[in-house]
Amino acid sequence: MESFLSEFVPWLLSVKLAHFLIVSAILFSLGIYGIVTRRNAILVLMGIELVLNAANINFIAFSRYGGVNLDGQAAAIFVIILAASEAAIALAIVLNIYHRFQTVNIDDVSNLKE
Amino acid sequence: MSQELLINLSIVILLLPLFGFALLIFFGKKLPRQGDWLETMMISSALVLALIVLFQKLTLYHDATLMLNFTWVDFHNVPGIGPLKIVLGISVDNLAAIMMVVVTLISAIVHWFSIGYMHGDVRYSRYFAFLGFFSFSMLLIVLANNLLLLYVGWELVGISSYLLIGHWYEKKSASDAAIKAFIVNRIGDIGFFIGIMILFATFHTFGLEEIFDGIQGGRLPFGSEAWLTAAGVLIFCGAVGKSAQFPLHVWLPDAMEGPTPVSALIHAATMVAAGIYLVARTFPIMTADALTIIAYIGAITAFIAATIAIAQNDIKRVLAYSTVSQLGYMIMAFGVGAYTAGFFHLVTHAMFKAGLFLGSGSVIYAMHNALHHQQDHHTDAQDIRNMGGLRTKMPVTFWTFTIYALAISGVPLTSGFLSKDEILAGTLAFGGLTGHTVIPIIGFLVAGLTAFYMFRLVILTFMGDHKDAQRLEHIHESPKIMTVPLIVLAVLCFFIFYSFNPFGATSGWIARAVERPDSVVPASVAAAPTETFEEVLHDSHGTAMVLSLLLAGVGIFIAFATYYWKRINADRIAGSLSPIHNFLINKWYFDDVYNGIVVGGTLAWTRLMRWFDDTIIDGIVNGSGSITKVTSSVSGKFDSIVIDGLVNLTAYLSGFGGLILRKSQTGKVQTYIVFVVMSVMVFYFVFRLV
Repeated sequence: MESFLSEFVPWLLSVKLAHFLIVSAILFSLGIYGIVTRRNAILVLMGIELVLNAANINFIAFSRYGGVNLDGQAAAIFVIILAASEAAIALAIVLNIYHRFQTVNIDDVSNLKE
Repeated sequence: MSQELLINLSIVILLLPLFGFALLIFFGKKLPRQGDWLETMMISSALVLALIVLFQKLTLYHDATLMLNFTWVDFHNVPGIGPLKIVLGISVDNLAAIMMVVVTLISAIVHWFSIGYMHGDVRYSRYFAFLGFFSFSMLLIVLANNLLLLYVGWELVGISSYLLIGHWYEKKSASDAAIKAFIVNRIGDIGFFIGIMILFATFHTFGLEEIFDGIQGGRLPFGSEAWLTAAGVLIFCGAVGKSAQFPLHVWLPDAMEGPTPVSALIHAATMVAAGIYLVARTFPIMTADALTIIAYIGAITAFIAATIAIAQNDIKRVLAYSTVSQLGYMIMAFGVGAYTAGFFHLVTHAMFKAGLFLGSGSVIYAMHNALHHQQDHHTDAQDIRNMGGLRTKMPVTFWTFTIYALAISGVPLTSGFLSKDEILAGTLAFGGLTGHTVIPIIGFLVAGLTAFYMFRLVILTFMGDHKDAQRLEHIHESPKIMTVPLIVLAVLCFFIFYSFNPFGATSGWIARAVERPDSVVPASVAAAPTETFEEVLHDSHGTAMVLSLLLAGVGIFIAFATYYWKRINADRIAGSLSPIHNFLINKWYFDDVYNGIVVGGTLAWTRLMRWFDDTIIDGIVNGSGSITKVTSSVSGKFDSIVIDGLVNLTAYLSGFGGLILRKSQTGKVQTYIVFVVMSVMVFYFVFRLV
């Protein structure tokens, strides 16, 4: 414990690329988890947003520490735009699904299967 | 007339009946009167032409032989043989010219007679067509100057006799008789054919003249005299079949099943004469041994047939056996070397035997009509025991029949006396020269027997009382078309047509025209030469004449005593000699023995073969069948279990795998994402480890 504190706290305080990546990984994992486990289409969309934002964090972090420079930020802006349009289309689909099936549970919307 | 014209005329004679046959067989039914006039005209004009040829031949070219040859096949150079040509041809010598007249004469008379006898027959035109074909075949034999053409005619005679004997083939007995005649003849023909082949193998030619020249030049078949004898005897085998000699005589009496005019034709001119003619043609190659065999066969035949004829009651059967007996005489004559006498007897016998058969046909015709009138369908129209007393009702038939009977019995002033006397003198001379005394003894014995059974026939048929007086009322003389031929033949039975001397034919035209040909065989195996024979013959003439007259007289006398005056009770004699009588009635059991041995043997053999087929062959077939079945069922099982199993297993495994794998294909994006993430993780760890 002693050594953990003596090593972890300084590591935690000196923010570096690894910290961002770890956050990004956690965020990505949470996103995936949400995508995989939720039944509600809205929540799945939210999981996708998390995954996209995890990617954004990575881009930004690499642009700051990794020598990718502004390319990373440009990519992040693209991702944001992409996420926005994706959210718009996906929500429209979800709305239509709801309109037709009176539910947004993706397990119940399986008419094209089999 | 030139020789060319004569030979061409002979060809015309040969082809006329064939032409008639061809027309009748195709258009017979459409012609008026079914075309009987056509064939009759053909054969009658052939007769006229034959008479012209004979007359011209005898007056202009008495000693010449007219020949016409053509090459049938030219094989050029045959390896091992050299140049080989098959030359066919016809030749007209005195023998052939006389024979041609006899054949066409008898045939023409039979044609005329048949117009009356066969009136209303179902196959009238066919009958006449075959008569013509029969005549053509016989003329082919007569004219052929080579063994091949002769053999062709020989077989054609066989087939036409088959067709005519079986004319009423609806009758079982008729079709049986036809088959019997054909098969028995074939047995002889096989011998004949082998004989031809023996000669051909050595001389590479079928021409009789060439073969004679070859033998005379010292070449022998396979270089041995025994083979020459064998060839002679084998060729004689053909004559044994065709001329109904012992032991192949059994077909001729059965051939009675044909229409009676056909019997006349077969017995007189066309069929049985062929065998005699063959012996006459091939006489020069016969060695002394072969001739002795021939003489004995003839004598045995003459004797057997004469004894059988005594005990028969069917009018045609008696005549049939008398034919066999007389043929035996002729063969015997050739065997002993009395060549001219044998051929002379053939000619005279043709006349009276044709007459006898046509006469019996006339009787049967009358009996048939009478029985038909009485609505009697059970009485046998051919059984002489049902006849008697026909003399007054059928005078023409009676008188002509009596003349024929006198002729065949050898009574003076008839043709039969001349020829028979010659033969008997020949046998006497032969007996004196060689010591075979059995031959003349049989010859004279048969002469007596012949007279006896012929007059038995005449008396039982025409004299005495008819059994059924009412039936006698219905018996009428046959129509003119049948009686005129009888009269013609009866006239031809007088000596005057053959020799001006009623007691000797040696000065007659036939004796001069047909001389015994010189033997070509080596002197060591030849029979007594003609000069020696003639010398002895001259001395035996007187004896023969007296003896034969005596025996014929005794035979006729006994016949009268037994059947006319009834001084001798025939039934009692038959009763006391019943074993012999039965033996004779059953024709020496020849048919039974042949039935037992040949037919039975054949049947037994075929049964054995059938058994062999049924058990062995069928067993092999069935065995291989069942083996195949077992093999195929095993391979079927293998297919259905192992192969199909493997296939099904593959399918099942695929299906099973699919069942399992489909579980992963949920169609849910979330599951796929899990897979993707898991995979990435797996890859990560895998690459870490690597």
